[in-house]
Amino acid sequence: MRELLLCPPDHYGIEYEINPWMSRARGADTPLVQAQWKGLYETLSKLDAKVHLIPPKERLPDMVFTANAGLTVGRKFIPSNFRHQERSGEAPLFAKWMEERGYEISWLPSNLYFEGEGDALFGGDALFCGYKFRTDINSHRAVADLLGCLVISVELVDPRFYHIDTCFCPLTDGGAMWFPAAFDEYGQRAIRDHLPNLIDVPEEEATGFCCNAVVLDHDIVLPEGARSVIAQLRDRGYSCHPLPMSEFLKAGGACKCLTMHMPQRESCA
Amino acid sequence: MSSETVELRGHIIDSLILPKVLDEILTRGAEFTIAEIRIGQNRVDQSYARIDVSSASNDALGDLLLRLRQHGAEVVERKEVQLAPAPADGVFPEDFYVTTNQQTFAQIGGKELAVESPMMDSAIVVNRDGRTARSVKFYEVRKGDDVVVGQQGIRVQAAERETSHTSVFNFNNQISSETPKTAIIRELAGEFQRIRKEHGQILVVAGPAVVHTGAGAYLESLITHGYVQRLFTGNGLAVYDVESALYGTSLGVNLEHGALSDAGHVNHMRAINRIREAGGIAEAVEQKILTRGIMHACVRQGVDIVLSGSIRDDGPIPGVTTDAVEAQRIMREKVRDVALVLMMGSMLHSIAVLNMVPATVKIVCVDIDPRVVNRLTSYQPFQAVGLVTDVKPFLRELTENIEASAGANGAAVA
Repeated sequence: MRELLLCPPDHYGIEYEINPWMSRARGADTPLVQAQWKGLYETLSKLDAKVHLIPPKERLPDMVFTANAGLTVGRKFIPSNFRHQERSGEAPLFAKWMEERGYEISWLPSNLYFEGEGDALFGGDALFCGYKFRTDINSHRAVADLLGCLVISVELVDPRFYHIDTCFCPLTDGGAMWFPAAFDEYGQRAIRDHLPNLIDVPEEEATGFCCNAVVLDHDIVLPEGARSVIAQLRDRGYSCHPLPMSEFLKAGGACKCLTMHMPQRESCA
Repeated sequence: MSSETVELRGHIIDSLILPKVLDEILTRGAEFTIAEIRIGQNRVDQSYARIDVSSASNDALGDLLLRLRQHGAEVVERKEVQLAPAPADGVFPEDFYVTTNQQTFAQIGGKELAVESPMMDSAIVVNRDGRTARSVKFYEVRKGDDVVVGQQGIRVQAAERETSHTSVFNFNNQISSETPKTAIIRELAGEFQRIRKEHGQILVVAGPAVVHTGAGAYLESLITHGYVQRLFTGNGLAVYDVESALYGTSLGVNLEHGALSDAGHVNHMRAINRIREAGGIAEAVEQKILTRGIMHACVRQGVDIVLSGSIRDDGPIPGVTTDAVEAQRIMREKVRDVALVLMMGSMLHSIAVLNMVPATVKIVCVDIDPRVVNRLTSYQPFQAVGLVTDVKPFLRELTENIEASAGANGAAVA
């Protein structure tokens, strides 16, 4: 059974602006936040996944986005080094929580920004890592050293898609769905070179964050509104579970941002 | 030109980061050399590349490096040069760095300084304020001067091997006596004209063979047309030129008939005496004693003449610098802005000049002896052309080409 980590949205809100989606003038609707997050929690719980919850902490509104907490492979947890001061308080809380559950904590050098699963997703035989807006490419090398895996570093060029998990979603058949224009041409070529069967997502669905999806074998939990993508995924035999995510999209996040795999892979071999 | 060395590590091949970085360098008009590359053998092995990046200016390089850093390129920190004080006037410290004629850079105070006046077989002295570094010869160094020792913090940038203007100055280009030279001399004439059009300075280093072979009139024409700004030679050429101007002989040999004139062997002594009596070459021109020839043309055209003495000189005539070190110093002063050097029939003066000029200066070397041509072009192989030929046919063709072109353009070059 897959294990996932979520964080209840008790302190969630748009309290600062660190990506183009965020606007303090456009706050989140608290009852709707609770309902949408509960919908995700219940959907994942029903899909043969054990969902853990980390207690939220006040004044850390984005702690709800657990994907950015770090990267877990086997029993090893690499905590994030957040680029923005606003989020840096989350890292020690996640590290402590994981350590208490027996995970080996491997910190990266503090001068290397790294934002966890938000910028590091396994696809095929490689770990695809995004860089520039949040994560430094030099942290990819450090992650490759720690895990002993092939890391494909791809540059993100559209600030709306500031983490790789906002525009790229590896699938269990070895393919992926993605929004190519979020990557520079070298990144696009590197992804095409390594992954077959790519599903190109149209911009209007990409901006609805359909790539920000949780993939559990053949079940895919994603924000609602991605008609063409859902049709293609169904043709490939996936069951799609579209969910309303409007309140989290206001902060530039959706299903995947709200979920961290424990672990994302058992090993890199 | 500014440059830095960067390193890339990681899965830079699979991620296409290496080609991206190299493309970025070229797209921004900069250049690179891959100094070292190690490709990972297995899928998960990381690769490594060390890349020298050069750009037109410091600012352009700074902007480029900022961008390359985003792709993971790390600038290799340069080590500072090591300095030691000169132990005495005219003495360098042990293990002093010996320069080449290539553009040299020294890392000082976190900055890379271009060493001023690059020249062969010198040391590098760093000014007290750490803002300038220059090549110095033995006689220039003073006790306590900060001299670069060892190799650390020094970077040498090789001169370009070709220019966009001409294909004549190829790497180690030697034209043997059996090769037709017309096309090459025509190209050289074009190069002379291009340099003068851009107000470049041309230096001629010539031996007495120029006068002995009867080529003096062609050199005179070259000077008159404004294609010579400096003339480095010895007492000999000056004396035989004056002799030929006054008596029609060169070391007693009639230049028209090629026969020894009656009592001609005394002519060069009489020539020396006339110049000594007049007070010097310029004075002889002024007093209308000297009315033609190479020296006369130089005085009329305002060409800078450096006459260096030798142990076998007769006279010498006034104006010859007999102290060899002082002559070197004067020559070094006068080569600073030279764009091209034409060396004809004078091995030792030519070697002296080759020891003074940076590798970016173009060299044309003409001698009848292939060993001399070989030796001279080996000093500065990057932008040199050597022709094995008698000086007279070479100069005749060169001046004919230049005169024809000047005639077509209607005027001599000022």
